[in-house]
Amino acid sequence: MTRRIHVALFADEAQFLAAARTCRERGLALLDAFTPYPVHGIDVLLDVRPSRLPWVCLAGGATGLAAALLFQYWSSITDWPLNVGGKPFDSLPAFLPVAFETTVLFAGLVTAAALWLRSSLLPGRKPRRELPGTLDDRFALLVAHKDAANDFAETRALLESLGAVACWDEMEDAS
Amino acid sequence: MAEIHAPAVRPPTILGDKTLGGITSDVFAPLDRRPTRLWWWAFLSAAAALLLGTVCVGYQIMVGIGTWGLNRTVGWAFDITNFVFWVGIGHAGTLISAVLLLFRQRWRTSINRSAEAMTIFAVMCAGLFPVIHMGRPWLAFWVFPYPNARGPLWVNWRSPLLWDVFAIGTYFTISLVFWYIGLLPDLGTLRERARGLRKKVFGWLSLGWDGSARTWARYEVACVLLAALATPLVVSVHSVVSSDFATAILPGWHTTVFPPYFVVGAVFSGFAMVLMLMLIARKVMHLEDYMTMRHVHAMCKVIVFTGSIVGLAYGTELFMAWYSGNPYEKFAFANRMRGPFGWAYGVMVFCNVIAPQLLWFRKVRWSLGAVFLITILVNVGMWFERFVIIVSSLHRDFLPSAWTGYVPTWIELGTLLGSFGLFFTLFLLFCRFLPMIAASEIKAVVASERHHAPVAEGVAAEGVTTENVAAECETVEAAA
Repeated sequence: MTRRIHVALFADEAQFLAAARTCRERGLALLDAFTPYPVHGIDVLLDVRPSRLPWVCLAGGATGLAAALLFQYWSSITDWPLNVGGKPFDSLPAFLPVAFETTVLFAGLVTAAALWLRSSLLPGRKPRRELPGTLDDRFALLVAHKDAANDFAETRALLESLGAVACWDEMEDAS
Repeated sequence: MAEIHAPAVRPPTILGDKTLGGITSDVFAPLDRRPTRLWWWAFLSAAAALLLGTVCVGYQIMVGIGTWGLNRTVGWAFDITNFVFWVGIGHAGTLISAVLLLFRQRWRTSINRSAEAMTIFAVMCAGLFPVIHMGRPWLAFWVFPYPNARGPLWVNWRSPLLWDVFAIGTYFTISLVFWYIGLLPDLGTLRERARGLRKKVFGWLSLGWDGSARTWARYEVACVLLAALATPLVVSVHSVVSSDFATAILPGWHTTVFPPYFVVGAVFSGFAMVLMLMLIARKVMHLEDYMTMRHVHAMCKVIVFTGSIVGLAYGTELFMAWYSGNPYEKFAFANRMRGPFGWAYGVMVFCNVIAPQLLWFRKVRWSLGAVFLITILVNVGMWFERFVIIVSSLHRDFLPSAWTGYVPTWIELGTLLGSFGLFFTLFLLFCRFLPMIAASEIKAVVASERHHAPVAEGVAAEGVTTENVAAECETVEAAA
């Protein structure tokens, strides 16, 4: 099924935010927004859930810490206990620097990988939507009607009255 | 009537009342133009130095490290000095990109991209030295704990040299990832502006960045997480490097003050290097509106602060040498100050402790020439600090019969010059092909200052507006 959506471009952050708020109040569905820099407040209007990346980061760090400690103990006690200058096999303080670095390495790489996969930022990937100027100085708002009976001309007039510098309709796969 | 100062009547972070589109063209337009003659001169000299370094490294790998001035007493000299120096240079980049992000210091946005690039290039230079010091660099993979045919015999987890492998490796990887994630929005803009082959390359590199609000929300969380990881990492890296020395029992090395002393010294030298590059870049690339006098001042303050801590550390070392009552420790420092390398100690104290103190004076901070000179002095001084620590402690230790001198060969000098060549070649290529300034971050700063400027409402009555303050800054700057 395809549906028709409105794309509105704004030249100013404040107008763009106000327009998003008005559209929401009028019962229109906000689908997405494209901005040249992170605009705070639009995530709330779009009902973006708080990111779970911190948990991913914690899990990555914990894995790194456990892996580093287990491997150091296994290699220097179980696999080949080697007497280095009479130091104890269980040299926990000396194992900590490597454990710490591995924790940071795992946590950082896992966080970056999670960001890339979750946002589908991958090499060779085409941008989902290339709107004119949204990587430069334009703020784009994607709006859809919740029911098909709505008047498209009216919505377009509303968006233009809210300060949109350009506004057009598109057909989109609503899957 | 009690006088209350209006808060935050600061000059704006970015001067010249930029529009968002203006920022895009300021940052990206130079990349579309042909490089200037000045850039070519700089690039060719850097490449020549790199070539010299490559020849020297090739020669010493073929012949062996007997081509260096090392001897049976002084086993570490130029190479480890250069290693510690370059790792230290890198630290300012992480500090600016991570610590200042956590502290929400907005002025960092103008310089964080180039400072992070500097970190990555400096760590590459640093990593070169331990590898060539191995003598047989084709066996460098032995430093990793991999299942080998010798037992498997694992690496020695108790050695700070192994900690270095993990610390530097992690530091390089995380810095690179953090830098690349920060680049994504601007790579998207580059893809949009480019044509032909460049569009393909940037299309691939930008990973399909489209600036969706959902992506931005996640992206910001990821940046804060990476900053929070990089902050303790940067402290750990130079602490581990200092352990290379502090865990040895040599007088002058065997001291607990080393980790904090090394970390602060790293930040000190790194900020000096960032400021030096920034002063060049703002002139050559005409970025005066982005790298303003406010940035210069903020950096100067960090330099004078960390420089004072470095001075305190030197004093602490001397005090402890005397207070410990240990004759070897006392001798090490007496020899360091008055022995054959006393001149190097003098250079170090003058450049690191005395020269930066001039930055307390407003007049000096306003004079770009003076600031530039001080940053060079600090870099020279910090190189000598590592040289002094390493060579002066090694060349006269416990047994006078083992005492000797040390003179670097031209191979060592050429390798040092070559590392500068590598650093500047990479940095100049970066300036040509990637946006030096994080345009998306600058846009956010400019927009938020415009929308929430206290200047606009609170102080407008007194006739102070954003334009006035900016104009005033410009006139003072022009006078300086």
